[in-house]
Amino acid sequence: MSDTSTMTAAKPSTAPGDEPVIRMIDVNKWYGDFHVLKDINLDVQQGERIVICGPSGSGKSTTIRCINRLEEHQRGQIIVDGTELTSDVKNIEMIRREVGMVFQHFNLFPHLTVLENLTLAPMWVRKQPRAEAEATAMKYLERVRIPEQADKFPGQLSGGQQQRVAIARSLCMNPKIMLFDEPTSALDPEMIKEVLDTMIQLAEEGMTMLCVTHEMGFAKTVANRVIFMDGGQIIEQNDPHEFFDHPQHDRTKLFLSQILGH
Amino acid sequence: MSDTKILPSQPPPRSTSGVSGWLFTNLLSTPLNIALTVVAVAIILSALIPLVQWGLIDANFIGSTQDDCTGAGACWVFIGSRWNFFIYGFFPETTYWRVNIVYALLVILLAPQFFEAFPYKRLFGIITLTAFPIVALILLAGGILGLEVVPTEQWSGLILTLVLSFVGIVGSLPIGILLALGRRSQMPVIRGICTVFIEVWRGVPLISVLFMASVMLPLFLPDGVNFDKLLRALIGIVMFQSAYMAEVVRGGLQAIPRGQYEAASALGLGYWKSMRLIIMPQALKLVIPGIVNTFIALFKDTTLVLIIGLFDLLKTVETAIVDPNWRNVATEGHLFAAFAFWIFCFGMSRYSQALERKLDTGHKR
Repeated sequence: MSDTSTMTAAKPSTAPGDEPVIRMIDVNKWYGDFHVLKDINLDVQQGERIVICGPSGSGKSTTIRCINRLEEHQRGQIIVDGTELTSDVKNIEMIRREVGMVFQHFNLFPHLTVLENLTLAPMWVRKQPRAEAEATAMKYLERVRIPEQADKFPGQLSGGQQQRVAIARSLCMNPKIMLFDEPTSALDPEMIKEVLDTMIQLAEEGMTMLCVTHEMGFAKTVANRVIFMDGGQIIEQNDPHEFFDHPQHDRTKLFLSQILGH
Repeated sequence: MSDTKILPSQPPPRSTSGVSGWLFTNLLSTPLNIALTVVAVAIILSALIPLVQWGLIDANFIGSTQDDCTGAGACWVFIGSRWNFFIYGFFPETTYWRVNIVYALLVILLAPQFFEAFPYKRLFGIITLTAFPIVALILLAGGILGLEVVPTEQWSGLILTLVLSFVGIVGSLPIGILLALGRRSQMPVIRGICTVFIEVWRGVPLISVLFMASVMLPLFLPDGVNFDKLLRALIGIVMFQSAYMAEVVRGGLQAIPRGQYEAASALGLGYWKSMRLIIMPQALKLVIPGIVNTFIALFKDTTLVLIIGLFDLLKTVETAIVDPNWRNVATEGHLFAAFAFWIFCFGMSRYSQALERKLDTGHKR
């Protein structure tokens, strides 16, 4: 058990010397008696694009949700952008301002228009004037290619459009890190591409990204590190080429054969 | 490839055609339906004809005393002649103009809320909740600006009903929201206090609350400390209704998916900001029917203040009925009171429906 994590965790994928923007040290978490995260060690460098995959219930979503404290870890340390996550609400809110998150079910605010969804946090959290927040919002709506939907309500958009609005909403806070929690899992096949294209564009611009996803095509083209989790542990991590062509661990091989085989 | 043609969209088929079509499909389609329709119409007419006969055809409208009621029908003269008592209660006649201003302000401030196109709704709403209560208090109570003092014991009739309801509604909603949030709080002490508060107030009849506020509370206060009976009744009503309101609002909060809380948190919004900007607007919209239901119940429950000797609209009507100068006017009086209450409740109901339609953004295509 422990030999796998030591074997794989010691594999830095970017230039050493930089202070990692996210640092998880021996993170453990339990839901009641259930041990969901076991000794998670993860350093993420600025600009790194990481894909986390694994079977359902393996703790991959929980891992990234710990990074912005949507889930609380009970042991170990998580340091984001130089600040350690503790129960200090001020620190949590400071970190959340710098970490954007995109959810599986979009979680747009249905009572607000698309534009209001995008301007709400900049205006109320960053205290931007309305005009400035709206200008930024329109800029990002154009980047996700749906500026014409600004005055509609989320319920009037397709799933793919809603997810692109959700990405734009996070970007409006100008985050340093973006977390994606299965962003395409709730979408119809024909809409997955438009969301992935948006994410690829974001990756090309140098955003630090952690994506929990089963889109292995995306992992191959975009990620510079793929992490495989199972049973609450990081089993294996490698650059995508090595990961897909020469998986080290039996469980990784089994998982890859199952999701790539069909 | 077969040469499948793309079919053009066609209008839906017409299922019914006009009133007669509706009649024939719904009321007169089979012999049994025809028979049922005839019986139903007969029952409705047999109730309606005597009512119209009594209330309109045989009724007396003009006059000022019992002697003007000569017909076999309703004596609406009674309502007309005691109108001022119902509307102003025991307010001295010289102060009627002050009450009138309060009525007028209320109409001016609230009526525009019913019109979709009115541009200053928000401003009028804010005035209704801030400046209006102060102005109304000054006008009704007097005592400053050279206005004659009207002690609250004399506040009565429709204006008292409106004062009780207005304060009850405006007070119970925010307190109810805070209690609902408190009951869902992560902090055990706050959750415990709110739960106990809600369960205690909700578990006690309003009559007991009013009785305790009026009779028992002064026993526990030190000698010489005494505050207004109306104020005590108001506090009792607000506390009682806020417990109900809390549970209605909590129902709305339960219905908000966890993802909304998480999205708000992930954007860096703190607790109060996410509640105010994200959660409450959605939760309150969901429970508008329940909130208005509570408001309507509150409006009608204000009649219970007669227990502690306050004269609301219903009590003034009942007082006028037993006036020896009038005979057999109980039906007219109670019909009038019922109609007056119905008008206000129906207004609230219509307003809530309009509000629901306006706020319905969730599934609009």
